[in-house]
Amino acid sequence: MNLMQQVIEAFSSLATNKLRSGLTMLGIIIGVAAVIAMLAIGNGAQASITDQINSIGSNLIFVRSGGEEDVKNPRPLTRRDAEAIADVSQAPSVSAVTAVISNPFTIIYSRESTNSSVLGVSANYIDVHNLTLAEGEFIDETHELGRSAVAVLGSEPAEKLFGRTENIVGETVRINGITFRVIGVLKSRGGSAMMSMDNRVMIPITTGQTRLFSRKNADEVDQIQVQAVSSELVNQAADEVSIILQMRHNTRIGEDDFTIVKQQDMLDMASSVTGIMTIFLGGIGGISLLVGGIGIMNIMLVSVTERTREIGLRKALGARRRDILLQFMLESLTLSVSGGAIGVLLAWIIATIVDVIATNSGMALHPVMGMDAILLATVFSLVIGLFFGMYPANRAAVLAPVEALRSE
Amino acid sequence: METVIEANNLHKTYRMGEVDVHALNGVSFTVNRGEVMSIIGPSGSGKSTLMNILGCLDIPTEGEYILDGENVSHLNDDQLAVIRNKKIGFVFQRFNLLGRITALSNVELPMRYAGVTTDRTERAKRALEAVGLGDRMYHLPSEMSGGQQQRVAVARALVNDPAIILADEPTGNLDTRSGEEIMELILSLNKERGTTIIIVTHDPRIAARTERVIRVRDGMLEEVEA
Repeated sequence: MNLMQQVIEAFSSLATNKLRSGLTMLGIIIGVAAVIAMLAIGNGAQASITDQINSIGSNLIFVRSGGEEDVKNPRPLTRRDAEAIADVSQAPSVSAVTAVISNPFTIIYSRESTNSSVLGVSANYIDVHNLTLAEGEFIDETHELGRSAVAVLGSEPAEKLFGRTENIVGETVRINGITFRVIGVLKSRGGSAMMSMDNRVMIPITTGQTRLFSRKNADEVDQIQVQAVSSELVNQAADEVSIILQMRHNTRIGEDDFTIVKQQDMLDMASSVTGIMTIFLGGIGGISLLVGGIGIMNIMLVSVTERTREIGLRKALGARRRDILLQFMLESLTLSVSGGAIGVLLAWIIATIVDVIATNSGMALHPVMGMDAILLATVFSLVIGLFFGMYPANRAAVLAPVEALRSE
Repeated sequence: METVIEANNLHKTYRMGEVDVHALNGVSFTVNRGEVMSIIGPSGSGKSTLMNILGCLDIPTEGEYILDGENVSHLNDDQLAVIRNKKIGFVFQRFNLLGRITALSNVELPMRYAGVTTDRTERAKRALEAVGLGDRMYHLPSEMSGGQQQRVAVARALVNDPAIILADEPTGNLDTRSGEEIMELILSLNKERGTTIIIVTHDPRIAARTERVIRVRDGMLEEVEA
């Protein structure tokens, strides 16, 4: 028999029970839409987190104090440690180093105020992070040596306090009762509310250590941030940093009192987290797809029972098992594949809506609807149709014609 | 005369729970090509069982059934389907038309299962014209009277040019006049085309119109003189 004609017949047979077929299809539509939309949102989240980590600057190594396990007499990281790492003869793979010490503070300008991270940094900070100034200049060695009360504003506090990002140099802001003169404003880097690179105020690390932050040791810093010469040399740079610190801190072998995190590690961690999230979300979608499949099986079983007489007649007229099997398989496949197609469309609508909402609320979440997800869902709905259609269709195909004709 | 049906010692035993029910107990007879025959008998006599076996809807537990020169007693489901498709035209009491499709499509159905593609629609049209429904081809069964529906069923039965037409109470669901017309139509097929016809009925008046009558009683046959 002509396959095309069979497909048309399957459609017309489903059309006789429009509401029932529609509701059955709805199960698949929701399932497929859920899988694709969830995967799209998961992929979008992954892409945006990866972007944000990359935007911190490439080739970065972060060193913080404290080992992986308890170490006896741990020493804090100091500004001198940072200076030692900056020594080219000891660490040739390192191109720039900055010590960082930070705390959140309220920044005040006349009657405006905003909460922001205040970072005490070295002059190299701008190079380590590839930052660009919108105006003015960055902190330099003179400011560091002189413990000057100067500040560089990120774009967000600038916007909040002054309502602009230009012509701010020369103004003064107050942090914790100390007056700082603004010497520069950074360009915006973008990024989500979660991991903003723009909501920060930078002051010379020496000024911070002596006047703003209180730490146990006078020279203590929170972090040392290191830029490797190139991405190939990140691991080597990390080794060099580690050797320098082990010597300076007199650590025992295997008992480091500091932890080195490479940017790649952060990327790996982030992508494994978002990967799990994507699988989780996709799994939820998958379950609803499965439920949709059970719906198809259910309705096909009802249909076979209702049409027992029709099956008997078709067999009497010469339909073989495979003719009947094909007829009912085509009906369940028609349900599942059309449901899948509509589901892809619905997923696209959902993804677009999420994109619009995210953009309007300033979140960097752009759902990525890949061809692979669409293909996956199509194959999935096909398989669902085959799997859940097989049993009812087979029930129909093996009906004894005598019994089937006798049924009411 | 050429033999179209040869039944040798047919037995059919059903298992109902713990007991064996012998629906047919050694039935033998032959039918010649071009004969018009009726099978009568009260319900429970084994009449339906015999009809199912003659229609290749079922196979005998024992004995041989040779239809149009082919022994069909031991064929499997799909082989029987092919035989039914080629050699048997069914007319049922309840018409058994598919309600969703037109009269024409209903008549085309046996040819579709036979794999006929080329002049299928033409042949179906000719069959409908032969039963006097040339002007109702595109009507749905629900748009036709009972007599007209049964005519469609007759057209469907003869469209594959079968060796026998097997009619199971063909007038049972019709009023007297329509029933009469259907009988005329079926008998005329025999006269005009020489088709072998077997009518299963419990109505003696229907049986009286056929040349030969076979009565089934307790799973056995007896020939009744016409």
